[in-house]
Amino acid sequence: MRLGVVAVSTLAWRNLWRNYRRTMIMLLAISVGVWAMIFMTAVLRGMVDNMVTQALDTLPGYVQIHAPNYLDDPSVTHSLPAPDPSLLQVLGDPLVAAWTSRVKVPAMISSEYENRGVTLIGVDPEGEQALGFDIHDITQGRFLVGANDRGLVIGRKLLQRLDTRLGKRIVIMSQDPGNSIADRGFRIVGVFRADLESREENIVYAGRSVVQTMLGMGSEVSEIAVRGHDYRHPQVLADKIQAETDARVSSWLELDPYLSTMMRVMDGFVLVWMVVVFLALSFGLVNTLMMAVFERIREIGLMQALGMRPSAIVYQFLLESLLLLLLGLLAGNLLAVTTIYVLRDGIDLSGVAQGLEMMGAASVMYPVLQWPDLVLANVVVIVLGIATSLLPAWRAARYLPVEAIARTS
Amino acid sequence: MRASIGLSFRLAWRNIWRQKRRTWLTALAMIFSNMLLVFMIALQLGSYDMMIENSLRIFSGQMQIQHEGYHESQKMRLAVDDISLLAAEIRTQFPAAKVAARAFAFALVSSEGRSFAMQIAGVEPEQEAGISTLPGLLESGRYLAGSDAAEMVIGSIAARNLGVATGDELTFLGTGKDGSFAAAVVTVVGVFDSGATELDRGLAEIPLAYFQDVFSMGGSGHVVAVSVPDLRRVPAMLKSLQGVAGSKNSLLVLDWDVLMPGLKQAIQADMTSAWFMYAVLIVLVAFSVLNTQLMSVLERTREFGVIMALGIMPRQLALLVLLETFLMALLGLLLGVLLGGLVASYFSHAGFAYPGMEELTDKFNLPSVMYPKVSLVSLLMGPVVVFVFCLLAAIYPSLKLYSLRPVAAMRAV
Repeated sequence: MRLGVVAVSTLAWRNLWRNYRRTMIMLLAISVGVWAMIFMTAVLRGMVDNMVTQALDTLPGYVQIHAPNYLDDPSVTHSLPAPDPSLLQVLGDPLVAAWTSRVKVPAMISSEYENRGVTLIGVDPEGEQALGFDIHDITQGRFLVGANDRGLVIGRKLLQRLDTRLGKRIVIMSQDPGNSIADRGFRIVGVFRADLESREENIVYAGRSVVQTMLGMGSEVSEIAVRGHDYRHPQVLADKIQAETDARVSSWLELDPYLSTMMRVMDGFVLVWMVVVFLALSFGLVNTLMMAVFERIREIGLMQALGMRPSAIVYQFLLESLLLLLLGLLAGNLLAVTTIYVLRDGIDLSGVAQGLEMMGAASVMYPVLQWPDLVLANVVVIVLGIATSLLPAWRAARYLPVEAIARTS
Repeated sequence: MRASIGLSFRLAWRNIWRQKRRTWLTALAMIFSNMLLVFMIALQLGSYDMMIENSLRIFSGQMQIQHEGYHESQKMRLAVDDISLLAAEIRTQFPAAKVAARAFAFALVSSEGRSFAMQIAGVEPEQEAGISTLPGLLESGRYLAGSDAAEMVIGSIAARNLGVATGDELTFLGTGKDGSFAAAVVTVVGVFDSGATELDRGLAEIPLAYFQDVFSMGGSGHVVAVSVPDLRRVPAMLKSLQGVAGSKNSLLVLDWDVLMPGLKQAIQADMTSAWFMYAVLIVLVAFSVLNTQLMSVLERTREFGVIMALGIMPRQLALLVLLETFLMALLGLLLGVLLGGLVASYFSHAGFAYPGMEELTDKFNLPSVMYPKVSLVSLLMGPVVVFVFCLLAAIYPSLKLYSLRPVAAMRAV
């Protein structure tokens, strides 16, 4: 007797609902499990994305070009010439979304009473904004206008630490290439906020030409920051630029080892999490199928006596399990996607803001659903689910018809 | 008919083994989750302890006495008067505590070829080692000696950036407490390598008396750092210190919670996300128990019908089902705690390393090898929650017994 696919499916579907309570509980368990796999992954991805966004805005850019020794010794003596024609050409490549050159040196800032160590950045305001500086982050005053702007823009926290305010003059000291102290007075024309307090405290912006003149470095710059289109794969861009210059080209993955490790570890962790959730589910799944097999020993025997092949019995149980898994997946996926949609405006975690800052994340978390994760969760559940169902299904097909029918219960 | 407690237990015990495979599978679900929970919680608690300990021991200490407002603004003029005297007074009153006075300023530090802004700390050389591990982490040279010598120890990254080694001279330039010009030439006597990038890059220490002289501080300073041998004694010590500081004008005693708010919050954030994951596991195990117990009740409908016809109350049957669940959950608890405990204790001796995660652990002042902390709390915290949820899962199957009608039940298949 050969049963058609339709007949086997119908049988499996009906069998599934013979004990509807058990099936419902199992369905509920699978949906909760799948929901947790996808939702938790989306939250973790959101957190890493959040850290990466912070880091890329702070760096800024996906790729940076420096003089060979600058990263080890970020001094004015390790500067780059302004981009030459061949470099300008590659910076015009479609892979490049925006670029800007900056002077970036350690400096000391002094108000009337207080001194602080800061990083002084000489910027082209338009380029800086193209790289990610958000003009809405200016809380008082204005951002710089042009590379010749004589004003200074400092962080909210630093303003407070220096005990000064908008419009006041402060002094910045740093070293020039000959290691004489170069200093210059600036008027504070703008105050910015940042998601990370450390940025508000450590970074001050001035016009690039003004800083170049102050430090006597001509048209040289400290770094060229380049933004591409895909932050996950900055190496392509980095290689392309490296081909055109002797300077050192580094992608953000090299510049921020903490984050690149975090991203790598997260991929592993997501898989481990999904498998652990599945394992917790699997005991219930095997149990449910085992029970279904035991209850039906007599009818299995009868069907075999009537000529049903053992393989058909295996198929039937596997199909029953597959239907259960698919229903659970459907509900779980819907639940997860809905939760993520509902939370699209972010989860506010300002209660532990400073803790998150230690990890490099801002306090509003946006769950990020990535399709590969969704697919991974579904594949894990289907593949491992079928694998764990093999044992009960195989047992069901192994009974001798006579013995099975003779069983009393 | 009333069954004795002993009889109920025997009955329940025999009942759960009527379906051996099912019981083991359900218990295995519990054992699996319990093992995982025991190990993970032990690992978490172990790394939190280490994170707090390491973060505080490098420099800040467990508690600090400061002028009101100094912690928020770090303004130089918010100083504590006669700070060495205050530190000495605390030292005599609390011999078990380590006490060190400090003063801070920012200054531009220059070598022959380089200049960087750094934080300069004035420290009491002979007391500093009690609070901070930096004096013991010198990669070259020696720690500060005299309290008014023109000497400096700096971090390894700063030394590299400035291009100086032990024996070289540095000048620094800043502003004194009274707004005057503060400048001095010092000799680098030692270079420390703490592994904490921020300190290695940005901190320089000079003797306190010399600091007070250069920065026109008089006898004042900014912080009295206090540590006790055991972190659990901090709250009591904090109270005693408040007694001492309260007699002085506008002094505050801050503990590490306030000094490093990020630390506790990072732990809270980590704990919360971990418990979200644990909760998912626990709920899944509870579903497993719910399923098993519901099946076991439904398949015994006839049997229960007969027993009820003999005069047993539904309440007694419900208790029996709960008792069965209790025994099953206890089995899962004991084996889970035992196995999880064994795994955790093994790693608490051998150490547990996240492969390739040095960059992550560095950020939180953790070594790359962690030691799970095996304690009553770490052993039982997770499994007891699993246990409770398993019992809760048995409520629905037990309630089903109340709607059982003996005659109908006896006819059921």
